[in-house]
Amino acid sequence: MGRADFRNPVSESRRAKWITIFVAGVFLALVLFIPLVAVFVEAFRLGWGAVLAAITQPDALAAIRLTLLVAAISVPLNMVFGVAAAWAIAKYEFKGKAFLTTLIDLPFSVSPVIAGLVYVLLFGTGSFLGPIFNSAGMQILFAVPGVVLATMFVTFPFVARELIPLMEDQGTGDEEAAISLGASGWQTFWRVTLPNIKWGLLYGVLLSNARAMGEFGAVSVVSGRLRGETVTMPLHIEILYNEYNFAAAFAVAALLALLALVTLVLKALLERVYGRDHAGAVRH
Amino acid sequence: MEVKVKNVRKEFDKFPALKDVSLNIKSGELIALLGPSGSGKTTLLRLIAGLDFPNVGAIYFGDQDASQKSVRERNVGFVFQHYALFRHMRVLDNVGFGLKVRKKGDRPSKAEIERRAMELLDFVQLKGLEKRYPNQLSGGQRQRVALARALAIEPKVLLLDEPFGALDAQVRKELRRWLRDIHDKTGHTTVFVTHDQEEALELADRVVVMSQGRIEQVGTPDEIYDTPNSPAVFSFIGESSKLPVSIENGQLYLADRPLGLDAKGVPDGEGQLFFRPHDVEVVETGETAIVGTVVVSRRTAGTRQVELEVGGAKERVEIEIPVDHPATSRSRIAFRPKKWSVFAG
Repeated sequence: MGRADFRNPVSESRRAKWITIFVAGVFLALVLFIPLVAVFVEAFRLGWGAVLAAITQPDALAAIRLTLLVAAISVPLNMVFGVAAAWAIAKYEFKGKAFLTTLIDLPFSVSPVIAGLVYVLLFGTGSFLGPIFNSAGMQILFAVPGVVLATMFVTFPFVARELIPLMEDQGTGDEEAAISLGASGWQTFWRVTLPNIKWGLLYGVLLSNARAMGEFGAVSVVSGRLRGETVTMPLHIEILYNEYNFAAAFAVAALLALLALVTLVLKALLERVYGRDHAGAVRH
Repeated sequence: MEVKVKNVRKEFDKFPALKDVSLNIKSGELIALLGPSGSGKTTLLRLIAGLDFPNVGAIYFGDQDASQKSVRERNVGFVFQHYALFRHMRVLDNVGFGLKVRKKGDRPSKAEIERRAMELLDFVQLKGLEKRYPNQLSGGQRQRVALARALAIEPKVLLLDEPFGALDAQVRKELRRWLRDIHDKTGHTTVFVTHDQEEALELADRVVVMSQGRIEQVGTPDEIYDTPNSPAVFSFIGESSKLPVSIENGQLYLADRPLGLDAKGVPDGEGQLFFRPHDVEVVETGETAIVGTVVVSRRTAGTRQVELEVGGAKERVEIEIPVDHPATSRSRIAFRPKKWSVFAG
């Protein structure tokens, strides 16, 4: 029961409410919903057959495989690093903590293109590290490792950012209790800490995954665009588009959008469970 | 298990939370660490547990130096202030946790763990709630689960941090008696932290009064209440009234009037007289006694509380007198404390 209920006639606040909803709705429709629908409409303009042909074309299949591979490598790694970073920041006091927190946010504030360029500088032919890896027979730049590195850089903050507030809120009481009952550090992590953060972690992983599959800028700089080798789905779409192959471009785009939508639906489902779980998780 | 704390000092970011604290806890004793917030009582409890480590000094369990042992190796049962129950586990799994995480050789079978957890739940009178989750329990029930969980590891020492702090008054009283009961049945050496003196005096065999990182006094509830050893303990424990006095030839004087009270060995000079408001006798105004003018008179359930102006209206003290005493405003009353303490300074 708000105070507004008996202060003023409702008419004005109701009008304000509808205007706000209308503005937000129109904005979302114009900027998000209509373009998304357009992708699918455009993709299916020539029918199912054309979509299927565009997706099963060898280069497209290679792009899909690479995108899934990059996500499969970078997401688990970021999950481990994210949990470690969040643990360190939320549960310990140390010098440079504020700096580390800022550093975690860096990929959010830096343009992905710059992230890609950093790796070019690090591993390029004129650099210090590049020749070392090259002589060891390892190609970083313009190869899969470079694409994975660039993706990891961009997606690093998601898991850590999701977990830090959650872990700070929960404090160290449960861990202390577990250790006082004789649990080892490992047992404490698996049996107490992880169950306490599992929904937040899953949520962070989903966001991280969505971004990993969709990343364009950073990957574009380091990939070298070798078709069938270092081209991910977003890059493949751009190449098709630049070749005026609009039907195929939209077909692959629709598939990528579908992957994102599945992630979003999963996230919404999780939020429901997470919300319910969290209500019971508030400290008593 | 006997616990000895020897000359322990603990600092947090250069701030001394404990300054040279020593304490001997006898086996099977129930000890209360009593003090206002910031007195270092919780810090001392955590040092005994091994959740924190002293900067200086040592802690012995029996004859063994436990100072460098982790909380895991010390085998203590710790009940946290907010219980720290594992929210994703059922009550039964919470209680069985300490047994479940044991090394393979020492770990009882699953059925045995369950049996012992059930037994403990029965012991803390929570039978029938084993399938519930912590957030489906009341505060008092959570407290019992936390205690059962700590008891499950058969601890050498049981440590409780403000065990009744988060409960309402009724449940508090009930659980207090119950904890005493549990202690008498199990015989664990038990240390609990509290800021509630009533709780400490009622429950503990011995009370450790702390303030500003030091132990002020250690003694039985009777000793602490009847013969406090410092002004701080006197004013912290129970109701107290105090008057500045001067001491001459072993006698107390207030504004050059003799009070007819012995200085109890405190040397001549300035001093402070402490007494309990209810521990006084009213005498005839002609006798040598503390004489004052009534400013406020309040009737409470069993007694009458009177505020007096004494010593040329400079000081105020509170005393309790029988309800049938006609203490009207501005009337004069003479009284003498039956028990009192004098401190120099």
